[in-house]
Order: sequence, then structure tokens, then C-alpha cells
Amino acid sequence: MKFLCIECDSVMDFAERRLPGDGTLAAVFSCDSCGRDVAMLTNPMETQLVSSLGVKIGGREVPAQPLETVRTSLEGGREDAFDISNDSSSQSAEQASQSGQSVTWTPAAIDRLNKVPTFVQGMVKRIYIDWAKEQGVDEMTPEVMDRARTELGLEGM
Amino acid sequence: MRKIRTYQEVTHETESGLLEQVLEQQEKLAERLSQVKSVAAIASGKGGVGKSAVAANLAVTLAKKGLKVGIADGDLNGPSLGRMLGVSGASLVDRPEGLGPALSPTGVLVMSMELLQQEEDAPLRWREPSFGGFVWQSTMETSALREFLGDVAWGDLDILLVDVPPGTDKIARLLQLLPDLHQMLLVTTPSEASRFIVSKSVRMAREAGVPTVALVANMTEQACPSCGHKSQLFEGNGAKRLAEDSGLPLWVEIPFDAHFGSSTDLGLNPETPSNQAILTLADKVIDAMSTEKP
Repeated sequence: MKFLCIECDSVMDFAERRLPGDGTLAAVFSCDSCGRDVAMLTNPMETQLVSSLGVKIGGREVPAQPLETVRTSLEGGREDAFDISNDSSSQSAEQASQSGQSVTWTPAAIDRLNKVPTFVQGMVKRIYIDWAKEQGVDEMTPEVMDRARTELGLEGM
Repeated sequence: MRKIRTYQEVTHETESGLLEQVLEQQEKLAERLSQVKSVAAIASGKGGVGKSAVAANLAVTLAKKGLKVGIADGDLNGPSLGRMLGVSGASLVDRPEGLGPALSPTGVLVMSMELLQQEEDAPLRWREPSFGGFVWQSTMETSALREFLGDVAWGDLDILLVDVPPGTDKIARLLQLLPDLHQMLLVTTPSEASRFIVSKSVRMAREAGVPTVALVANMTEQACPSCGHKSQLFEGNGAKRLAEDSGLPLWVEIPFDAHFGSSTDLGLNPETPSNQAILTLADKVIDAMSTEKP
């Protein structure tokens, strides 16, 4: 899939993706030559078709997690399907400092994460961390989680 | 009319990034399986021929012979390997580098949809928009199989078995995911209906260039538990006829055994004729492995 600015005969660059949470998607492409923006809007079925491939229009901000397509799409996931007891990615500042991790979690963020269903919790946690690192954020707060959810389309998780 | 360049004429890389991501997925899968010495599909095309029971028994037998064995249950809608191999209820270790698969009491690493579903009687359902599931569901299932194969930390296995669900389309999808598949065992029965359907799978495997393709005839006969008299379960001689017509080797004939699919979590009783056949099958698979890679 390519977007061509006909006036400029120039390939448009991916600029932005928005997932409002109703199953639809908006992907914005811009022309470097004339500055024109166009938005590709997909309905829930079209969005799902792309999601089923395990890909993101415009590319991924963070690496794909193991079984990401299945875990984000399966209905009725088993609560104890995944053992996350050895995953130390959400930790206090002191723990993070000791383990050399660059993102620390506030108590409020940990509390919020603990409310995420365990079927996706380990995966969602790593996605938040990867996104924070990508954005240069070193402290995970509920506000940072909100931003990541909106940008990455994590609604429902 | 103004000129609009075609897709092929626009040589700039695709800004949607979709093709690149699909290629990355394939590379990731190939990299994961590069640690596995041999990948073998247990398929048929026909339903009800006992593929999963053959796959589970073969996995246990290969593990008992000292091989490091993994098995991926490709039957997402009717998963049975978790139960057969005694890993129902097991948790998968959630690690960013790959999920740790379930380990059966007999030493087989297992990945199955059964391990992911909360309710035993729940059919496979995806979160979906209210309309249009027929458009994307097969794509979703192919992605799920890709993740089962590529996102599980199988490690340096000697062999990974893939239990392929009924339908020649499922074989086609697997061959697209795994173009370097080493072995395909096509399970059939003596029935004419089975011969007819499995012959399509034979052709598909051959056209894909799978190095080793062999037939496994299941439920060939049953013995009366009282007098030992042997009788045929199916009319016809379809399995042998398929072997003759296709020129493929018929590696084993497995007699019907009521316990064949239920005792694999505890290991096999080598005294039964069906398990003798599985031992022979395991030896054939190992022989084929020795010729796969230099």
C-alpha cells in the first residue's frame, strides 16, 4: 500500500495513526513536496483485517510481543495462561536502579497495571515500557499509560 | 488523462510498512526455527483419521528415544494435544524473547490453543466487529499459527511436530508459513473417501517440494479383544492404493486401538500392536532426519 500525491507525483510519508477506540482507524499520510495531508479512514472490519495480519499501518513504534495477535484478539483468554511471576519489568525506582532498567513505575501505575487482565498483563506491561523508552520517558505514570494506550490502540486491555 | 504511476513504478519503499512487517514476521519465524533440526507436519486433508493421536504418540515415542521434541497444535478450533499429552491447565512462561511452552510429563514441549482458553467448552472466538468475520478470520488463524510456531521459545529441538487440522487449505497455509518444511506425514485410512481426499494433499506436498513425504495408514484393522480375530474397520484398500498410485512410501499401518489417543500423557505400552507401529514410525522419522541436513 502506497500513497501518491498526484499533483507532485511524490510518495506521501506516514505521519500519524489514531485509534479512537471504536474499532475504526485513521492513518495520516503527508506529502513532503506540497505539505498536503490525507487521512485513510478504515471501518472496524477493515481495521480488523489489517490487525489479523499482525501488522500496524505505518509501521510499529514498539516491537511485537510474543503471541500479540492472539492475545489481543482472543475472546475468553484463560486467566492463568501465562506465568508472569518472573517478569520484573514493573518495579519501583530502587528496584529499577538495582536491575539497571531505565523505566520506573509509580505506585499508581503499578496499581493500574494490576487491574489489567492477567491474560495480557505481561505483554501490556512490556509494551508500555518499550513505548516509554521510545518516547524518552523514564517514569511510568497513569498519564503516560493513557498516552500509550491512545497511540498504540490498547483500548480494551 | 493525467498520468498516475502504478504501484510497481513507485520504487520508494512502502510507506504503509505492511509488506515490510510481513517480511519481518517471516524472518522472525525462520530465525526461531533455525534452532530446530527438523520440522515435520502431521497432516491429512481428511478429518477423523487420527492425525492428532498419531502426532501425540509419535511425539512421546521420539522423546522416549532421547530426542528433544516439541509439538505445535495447529488445530485452533479443535485443539486436543494439550489433553492427550497431559498439559491441560499448564501456564506458559511469559518472557519477551518468547513464551516458554508447556512441558508434558513425558518430556514433550507443547503449544496449543487449549492452553489459552478459559472455558473448556468455549468455541474459538475472536474479538470482532459486528460484521465481516468471514473476511478476516482465516487470516487471523494463519497469524495465530505463525505465532504458535515463531513466538514460542522452542529452543534447540531435534524435531518440531506440527499437527495440521483437516482441510487441504490448512496444509497450503502451513507450507506458505514453512517453505522449508522437512517432512510431511500424511495420515489416511483404508477408506476410499480418505484416499480421494489425501491424494490432493499428496499433490500439494509434492508441488511444494517437501523433501520427505510419506503415508501413514491408521485404523487399518481391529482385533477382537476376546478371540483376537482381526477385521477391517473400513471397506477398501485406499491407503495401499494411494501409495501405489502416488509412489509414496507407506511407512506404517496402525491397527485400531481404543486407547491410542488417551494414554500418551503417561507414555506408551510398547506391547500393543498400535504402539509397535508408532515405534516403527518414529524410526522412519529419525532415519529421514538423518538425510535432511548435511
